Amino acid sequence: MPDAPGLELIAQEINGVRDGTVTETALEHGRASLIVDPAKVLDVLSWLRDTPGQEYTFLSSVHAADYLPAAPRFAVHYELLNRDRVERINVKALLPDPAVGPSLDGPPAEEQLPAIPSCVELFPTADFPEREAYDMFGIVFEGHPDLRRILMPEDYEGWPQRRDFPVGGDPVLFTHNEIETPRWFE
Amino acid sequence: MEIERRKLRVPAPSEQPGTPEEFRAKQLRARDMLRGDLEGRDLEEFVEQSVFTTTLEKALNTARANSIFPATFGLACCAIEMMSIVSARTDLARFGAEALRASPRQADLLILSGRVSIKMAPVVRRLYVVMLEPKWVIAMGACSSSGGMFANYAVVQGADKFMPVDVHVPGCPPRPEALMNGFNKLQKKILGGPDLGWRTRYNAIGTEEWARLEPGRPTPETIEAASRAIRRAAPGREAEEAAPDA
Repeated sequence: MPDAPGLELIAQEINGVRDGTVTETALEHGRASLIVDPAKVLDVLSWLRDTPGQEYTFLSSVHAADYLPAAPRFAVHYELLNRDRVERINVKALLPDPAVGPSLDGPPAEEQLPAIPSCVELFPTADFPEREAYDMFGIVFEGHPDLRRILMPEDYEGWPQRRDFPVGGDPVLFTHNEIETPRWFE
Repeated sequence: MEIERRKLRVPAPSEQPGTPEEFRAKQLRARDMLRGDLEGRDLEEFVEQSVFTTTLEKALNTARANSIFPATFGLACCAIEMMSIVSARTDLARFGAEALRASPRQADLLILSGRVSIKMAPVVRRLYVVMLEPKWVIAMGACSSSGGMFANYAVVQGADKFMPVDVHVPGCPPRPEALMNGFNKLQKKILGGPDLGWRTRYNAIGTEEWARLEPGRPTPETIEAASRAIRRAAPGREAEEAAPDA
C-alpha cells in the first residue's frame, strides 16, 4: 500500500496527465483509495498498469457497492496489486443513479441503469466480475464483450443486491404471529 | 356367500410353541412330508402351519418399503449428514436402502439434502420427472422444507412449491438419526399404500404415466410435433442444431 504522500503523488501525477481525473484520495482501514471520475476510469487503470515505477499489473477484484442514502449512489471498486512490491491500491469510481429524477430522453427514468466503461480490454480477468456486478447491481459496463447475467437465471428481473431490493422470503408462521396471519391453515 | 375360516387343528396345550419338544415334532413332521408319508388331512394341516396369506398389494408394498433405492444427490451441507446414514453407525442397509443409485432412472427416492436455489429448481424438477414411478421425496432440513435461514432472492422458499414432497425432516441440518426416522416414516407410509400420497394432496390425479396417454391428452407424437413447430419458428436455433450433422 502506498503511504499518504505516495498516494497524493500518484493522484497529482494522474491529474497532471489528464486534469480532473482523481477527485479525492482516501487512506482508511489500511487501504489506499483513489476516487476517480467514472468516465476516465480507464485512463487511471492503464496509467497505474503501464507507468514505470507503478506497474500495478494484477487486477485482483472488480466489485460494485450500493451506498443508497448517499448522493452518488453506486461505486465500482477496482483492486489493483503490484506483485513485486506486494502493494495494493484501490480505485473507486462513484456512479450516480440515473433512475432518480425526470427522464429527458430515452426509456423512463426507473429503467435507466448506471454505466461505466468496461476494463476487459485492459484486464481480461475483469470479464466475469463485471458480469457479476451487472447481475447484482445493474451497472452497465460499456464495451463489455458479453454482458449478461452470470449467477441469477437469465430471465430474472431486478437487481438483487441493491439496497432497495426487497429481502424476500415467505412469512413464516410462528405462535407469536399466528393471529396476524388470518386463515393461515388454508 | 359367507366364508368362514377355521383352523383345521387347534394345537393342544402340551404343544406350546417355542419348546424343544414342539420344535422336534415339527422337524419330524417336515421329514415325513419330504418322504411323502403325509397324506390327506395330515398334509393339509402341515400346509396350514407353514403358510400365511396376505393380499398381493400388501406383499407388493412390503417389498417396496423394504427395498428403496435413494438417488445419490446432494444439494448442500445436509448432504454431508445424508452421506453418513449409509455408514456403519446409522446403517440404512438395515432397512434395505443401502444401494444409492447414481442415476435418477434407477432410483425411487429423492432426498433433497439442502437449499434449492431458483436456478437449481428446474434441474431438481427434471430429476424428479425422470424417476420411474412409484417414487418418493424426502425434504431434508429446514432449507428444502421452508427456505430456512435463506429468506432471500436466490432460494426457493420450500421445495414443495415446485414438486411433491412426502416427508419433511426438520433440523439444520438434521442428524443422521433424524433422517433415518424420516425414512422409517416414509416406509410406514408406503406400507399404508402408495395412493395415500401426493396426487390427492397436490390435485394431480390424471398425471400418472399410464393416464397421460388417454385420448385428448398430449402423446409423444404431438409433443414432438409441437417442439418441431417451435424450432421452425426460431430458425436460428434450428441452424445451430443442424450444424453438427452437416
